[in-house]
Amino acid sequence: MLKIKDLHANVDGHEILKGINLEIKKGETHAIMGPNGSGKSTLGNVLVGNPNYEVTQGSVEYLGKNLLELDPEARSCEGLFLSFQYPVEIPGVSMTKFMRAALNQHRTYKGLEPLSASDFLKLVKEKREMVKLDSKLLSRSVNEGFSGGEKKRNEIFQMAVLEPTLAIMDETDSGLDIDALRIVADGVNQLSSPERSQIIITHYQRLLDYIKPDFVHVLLGGRIVKSGGPELALELESRGYDWIKQEGGK
Amino acid sequence: MEEANKYVKEFTQEKYKFGFTTDVHTEVIEKGLNEDVVRLISAKKNEPEWLLEYRLGAFRHWLTLSIPTWAHLRIPEIDFQGISYYADPTAKKKDGEIDPELLKTFERLGIPLNEHNALAGFAVDAVMDSVSVKTTFKETLREKGIIFCSFSEAVQEHPELIKKYMGSVVGYKDNFFAALNSAVFSDGSFVYIPKGVRCPMELSTYFRINAINTGQFERTLIVAEDDSYVSYLEGCTAPMRDENQLHAAIVEIIVKNRAEVKYSTVQNWFPGDSEGKGGVFNFVTKRGICEGEGSKLSWTQVETGSAITWKYPSCILKGDNSTAEFYSVAVTNHHQQADTGTKMIHLGKNTSSTIISKGISAGKSENSYRGLVRITPNADNARNFSECDSLLIGDKCGAHTFPYMDVHNNTAVIEHEATTSKINEDQIFYCNQRGLDTEEAISLIVNGYAKEVLNKLPMEFAVEAQKLLAITLEGSVG
Repeated sequence: MLKIKDLHANVDGHEILKGINLEIKKGETHAIMGPNGSGKSTLGNVLVGNPNYEVTQGSVEYLGKNLLELDPEARSCEGLFLSFQYPVEIPGVSMTKFMRAALNQHRTYKGLEPLSASDFLKLVKEKREMVKLDSKLLSRSVNEGFSGGEKKRNEIFQMAVLEPTLAIMDETDSGLDIDALRIVADGVNQLSSPERSQIIITHYQRLLDYIKPDFVHVLLGGRIVKSGGPELALELESRGYDWIKQEGGK
Repeated sequence: MEEANKYVKEFTQEKYKFGFTTDVHTEVIEKGLNEDVVRLISAKKNEPEWLLEYRLGAFRHWLTLSIPTWAHLRIPEIDFQGISYYADPTAKKKDGEIDPELLKTFERLGIPLNEHNALAGFAVDAVMDSVSVKTTFKETLREKGIIFCSFSEAVQEHPELIKKYMGSVVGYKDNFFAALNSAVFSDGSFVYIPKGVRCPMELSTYFRINAINTGQFERTLIVAEDDSYVSYLEGCTAPMRDENQLHAAIVEIIVKNRAEVKYSTVQNWFPGDSEGKGGVFNFVTKRGICEGEGSKLSWTQVETGSAITWKYPSCILKGDNSTAEFYSVAVTNHHQQADTGTKMIHLGKNTSSTIISKGISAGKSENSYRGLVRITPNADNARNFSECDSLLIGDKCGAHTFPYMDVHNNTAVIEHEATTSKINEDQIFYCNQRGLDTEEAISLIVNGYAKEVLNKLPMEFAVEAQKLLAITLEGSVG
């Protein structure tokens, strides 16, 4: 599904990604771990085409297409979704209106008719219950006045509505208490299927107790320095990142 | 709008094709402005002597004035002798029938003048160039004692009302453009709501400039007697033309005891092309007086068109306990310039006013809010709340805020908030990531930003206004 080869990327002229290689197949869940500043969020943002990040080298193939040539909105319609670490507020635009515009855009892209208002509301109700999002939040402006946990749940709600092929969750666990974490993880798990893949970017093992990854990668200094199975995450939890740094130095 | 403009182009060519050229030429009077022109307009309208004298007084006063320069606008020199002050597209039919081409034009603009096809709950006065083409539902309204007709007709049918109220809120000495309008005004609308009557329909006037090298100078006069209510809408468009067109209007509103008037405008005059060529110069004096106790006046405006907008819909809060509101969204793109705002003059006791202004600038445009809140010595316990926000799209446009406060009574409570923000790239990217392209994203964000004002419009207009905001901002991001 996704093939990243020797990917280099800059932010404000500084090279953050220094040669990422990663392959993700259908149905797989990959966790990307690493200390602050290692390039985890950069990787997520580069994949969805954030214009603040400049790709300087390498290639990304997604479902047989050259991902780097697609506009951010086309990447979205092709099934790429980023659950933002810091979701922005859009005053005056109700969550319902926003999601309806987004979903209908996806449907138009796929050659489908826009969803009627009543079908849309039905869908929203179903998805909202999945992440236990208060219906009041949907009539509020996008993310405005949402608590940290509500913002993250709202991201997963949007993901549930858009049903992405490849979902990237950028520190979705940060700022969540244990109950909220469980709700978010339940939502994510309900969405996983053999046809869909996930990239989970996280600092901690915590989220991985609820969402079982097939692979764990350690990102350090803009490169993937170690890959393994779920046991790697547990090892990182108990030993930290220093031993990998030393290993990498050898 | 493009569709409509295309149509008008076709329409004008069609006229030529069918040999109507002479007709049109004879109906547009010679360019230039002098006392004879003023007399000619008055004669064409078959006006009473006192009105001609009023016009001449205004004209003589206008000669002593020069164009105001205090606004934050670059106004190119306007050749007032290069404009024709009267163009009548209805004149060739003498039996009172309307040229079907005119009906078609308005139909095409979404303003059906046939009462069977009309938008439910709307009565329309349609003004093309210098004359009112048709006023719908006049008879229906008449049954309730409501007068809704063209200004010219009101001069003939209700001279006592016109004489009493015309110029009572905006005198011809008010300013340069008010003097010009008072000298050469050609048509417009008149509304009279009798005591205790709640107008059952939305009343609206649709202004269209069509003829080339002409100016449009219309007047609107609304009188709401005690305990009455009316909601009034105004819409405007003009075809795309390379040269600038002048529009200088006057709107006067008189609100008596416990009466309420809501006045909404969606202004979409041709703004000029993306290089700044052409477009309407829009110099408008709008003012209402809350004359009676507990009266209420509300202005809502969505300004998307015109090359230059110079407009300050204002309220004089004379009656005790009267309230006034000004809700505005002004969008400028490309080379448009807008200097718009309001004046709230508190004279009565316990009066309160609210100002919500949302400016949106894109391209190389300049957008200014200019507002005055004046509390006079007798206006005990006056309140004003002002919120003036500016939103910038791109880095070549300008947004300016000029709030003036003039407070002479220390029981007044005045709050003023102002913000300036740039459209946030993170917001746009967030929308992009969910599948919306950048123009859709901007339209969504801008409509969200302006929601507080758009919500004040009657529903049909609100939908139209939302679309207009999106169209105006097309091409505002590279």
